[in-house]
Amino acid sequence: MPTSPQHGDFLPTASWENLRRRAELLGRVREFFRQRGFLEVETPLLSADTVADRHLDPFPVSAGDGREPRQLWLQTSPEFCMKRLLAAGATAIYQVTRAFRQGEQGPLHNAEFTMVEWYRVGDAMAEGMQLLSELGEWLLGRGPAECLAYGEAFRNYVGLDPHAAATAALVEAASLLGVAAPASLAAEDRDGWLDLLLAEQVQPHLGSPRPVILYDYPASQAALARVRPGPPPVAERFELYVSGVELANGYHELVDPAVLRRRNAWNNARRQADGKPPLPEESRLLAAMEAGLPSSTGVALGFDRVVMLAVGASRLDEVIAFPFDRA
Amino acid sequence: MASYNTSEFRKGLKVQLDGDPYLMIECNFVKPGKGQALYKCKLRNLLRGTVLDRTYKSGDSLEAADIEEIQAQFLYRQQDQFVFMDNSTYEQYELTKDQVDEGWKYLKEGMICSMMLFNGRPISVAPPNHVVLKVEYCEPGVRGNTATNVTKPCKVETGAEFPCPAFVEVGDLIKIDSRTGEYIERVKE
Repeated sequence: MPTSPQHGDFLPTASWENLRRRAELLGRVREFFRQRGFLEVETPLLSADTVADRHLDPFPVSAGDGREPRQLWLQTSPEFCMKRLLAAGATAIYQVTRAFRQGEQGPLHNAEFTMVEWYRVGDAMAEGMQLLSELGEWLLGRGPAECLAYGEAFRNYVGLDPHAAATAALVEAASLLGVAAPASLAAEDRDGWLDLLLAEQVQPHLGSPRPVILYDYPASQAALARVRPGPPPVAERFELYVSGVELANGYHELVDPAVLRRRNAWNNARRQADGKPPLPEESRLLAAMEAGLPSSTGVALGFDRVVMLAVGASRLDEVIAFPFDRA
Repeated sequence: MASYNTSEFRKGLKVQLDGDPYLMIECNFVKPGKGQALYKCKLRNLLRGTVLDRTYKSGDSLEAADIEEIQAQFLYRQQDQFVFMDNSTYEQYELTKDQVDEGWKYLKEGMICSMMLFNGRPISVAPPNHVVLKVEYCEPGVRGNTATNVTKPCKVETGAEFPCPAFVEVGDLIKIDSRTGEYIERVKE
């Protein structure tokens, strides 16, 4: 819906005090990685490649410069290009960049946001979680994170084993716990029900007073993480939560191009079933994986949310000068 | 019939559910980083005033409610029927006492009100925010008492009673805020 500029709309929504804290925290992020010997890198925001994820919608950009227009995408995260750098010899890299996700707007979402992302070759999931915990403590000062397995969190707050329970049991648990479910959520959409229960019943409990890193996600939610064979098989994926807010997502990175191809095809099949346009399945990342991607763990951190929690705000627009509706 | 998809959901949207019109009074976007986007909405039924909690996921849509707001003149009251006229089309509308709700306390013949139509039928009416009414009965005032913190009930020309300061007398014209029923001031005309 088009909105016309209104009186006062040119002003920032964040206070100068919060913008100063934001700048300080950005300095602290760089200090953290400099102390550990990470190289700061920069990669394209506009790329011919994009992550093919069922639930991520990149902004398409048509680059018509007089020749045949090229289909480009604003990046939903810098992970493809950063992994290409790993395949080319990088060992520990980070960057502070903008990421774009179409349709994500709310108190904790802005379609354009600032992401800190890093990779270290040779790290398994445990080392990756340790580094994330240290960064969280360094930025927010709320102590080291407590590690909680996804399955244990569900046993604590939902009362079932998310890896073993039948999908019908997830539906029943949602109903018993009084969770308002979308009428259109299909009874067999297992990940949809897991996400709903996570968002409504688990997440609010995570990260107070101490930060929590949730790890070992269901294999069906591996995204770009590798799966550790079971039983049960789990995705070596982890997320940092502070005060119920999801701050970061990390993977012990998938390196097998054949597995990525299968996941891309599955994601596009789901997207088409959801009525969404498919995304490109081939990419230079696959070429890098075929050439040999070293084993690493990588994490993406939502910087705006970190600033929000650091200043005690409850909405991102309190820490972003010009949020999407004033951009 | 037009519809809104989740990306258009926002506070103030008027939608239709099971045949009833609803106003979206809250809409919260929730999304795990790698998961399904959810829209947690509160919807107020425009006929009954009840509030519903509903969760939607991206790709869902809601039918738009055919809601129109018009300026209508109050013509007269016949027992429990209130008769209004659309000033631009001269079409007449009858509302029940329930639909008029608290509005009856303020309605004077000829008053221009804002009326909400759903599928072309009136569902509610709101008098102007400030209404001037003539006091028809109250206990005599105490001369010289200009205190506004002591109130007494005053019955006005519509039959409604409002708490007014002690100095208000029969025959006075008083201005009332129709949204709260609060006395504002005495006026000359």
